[in-house]
Amino acid sequence: MHFQLQKAFVIRKAGILCKSLYLRLKIRFQFSLLDTYRIYDILRGMESKNVTLHSYKEGLKDGVPIGLGYLSVSFAFGIFATGSGLKIWQALLISMTNLTSAGQLAGVPIIVQSLPFVEIALTQLIINLRYSLMSISLSQKADSTITRLDRFLISFFMTDEIFAVSSAKEGMVGRRYMYGLAVMPYIGWSLGTLLGAAAGNILPEPVTNALGIAIYGMFIAIIIPAAKKSRSVLGVVIVSCAMSVLFRFVPVLNKVSGGFVIIICAVAASALFAWLKPVKTTNSGASAGDGAQSGQNKVGAKPAAGANRSAGSEE
Amino acid sequence: MENTILFFKYLAVMAGVTYLVRMLPFVLFKKKIENTFVQSFLYYIPYAVLGAMTFPAIFYSTGNTITALAGCVTALVLAWFEKSLLTVALCASVAVFAADCVIRFVA
Repeated sequence: MHFQLQKAFVIRKAGILCKSLYLRLKIRFQFSLLDTYRIYDILRGMESKNVTLHSYKEGLKDGVPIGLGYLSVSFAFGIFATGSGLKIWQALLISMTNLTSAGQLAGVPIIVQSLPFVEIALTQLIINLRYSLMSISLSQKADSTITRLDRFLISFFMTDEIFAVSSAKEGMVGRRYMYGLAVMPYIGWSLGTLLGAAAGNILPEPVTNALGIAIYGMFIAIIIPAAKKSRSVLGVVIVSCAMSVLFRFVPVLNKVSGGFVIIICAVAASALFAWLKPVKTTNSGASAGDGAQSGQNKVGAKPAAGANRSAGSEE
Repeated sequence: MENTILFFKYLAVMAGVTYLVRMLPFVLFKKKIENTFVQSFLYYIPYAVLGAMTFPAIFYSTGNTITALAGCVTALVLAWFEKSLLTVALCASVAVFAADCVIRFVA
């Protein structure tokens, strides 16, 4: 009798334990880890009056065309690197640690010929100097979810395309979006290099040729909608393109290296329009386009925090 | 390159400079810039960079100016209708491939 009571007690206790475990699991599933992060991010964003709705998944998706474009570009780099005398793993390591097309292309001959270290350092500095501009620009668009540690990590993935896509986003961008955005390009860049270095001539030529334009198609997809919305952006793009064309075809100017041309064109065109058509924004991106579109540049007028918030959450 | 140690030295210099150029401004510039000129400048920079990188380089991206032109026009039209990045990029590639096939067929 006593033994049976004890048994019943144990069963009851086990039942309670199971039930509580079940409830815990249920709660766990209802608010999965991802949701918790998302809610946390949104709350943190609200705190700083900048709601970030760009998620990790959205970043991952936006990174797909960049990754595809990189696959073809780095494929070409892989062929070039092994053709120059580097080993497959060396080409792959360069891509995985540098993540920069023009810089890597210029660096390989210096490594192969074992030129002075100063030369490779200077070359990288000049060609990649544009990333400094992009870093400063994006630092104005990073919301409060991006901590100092995140900045050390995210800046490693600052390429022209990742920068362009993230700065074309409306409102501010958060850490989850930035990390999502970096995944596919990094895989594409590394994988493309490996494939190109290992088996350069597997893809038929028409296919590699066709893939070569993918990255520029993506650029156009970023430029055109922005230029449609704002006359100033259209002006900047036209001036910059025209200068770039001049640097390609005018006899003396075409001696300037590619990395420099981009810096000169971009700085000149942007400075010209910053002087002619200044745009005042606290929420770079969204409201800047509106201001330029309506012809009323918001000089000196600070939008209220509430207006700022609604601008961020519209999209 | 046979000398592995020398390769790693070059790799370290190359990757180090590239990373510092990207990292320092991003980590140091935490404050919001209030200057209107600088703000406007930074707002315009991405579009200017993309413009300078795309033109005229796009016409040399496929090894044939005519197929590149076909891809470029396709991209411009689709971008005008605000299609997604992936759609525009892939359709431009398909247009280049198609143009290439046509040229091969005709020639």
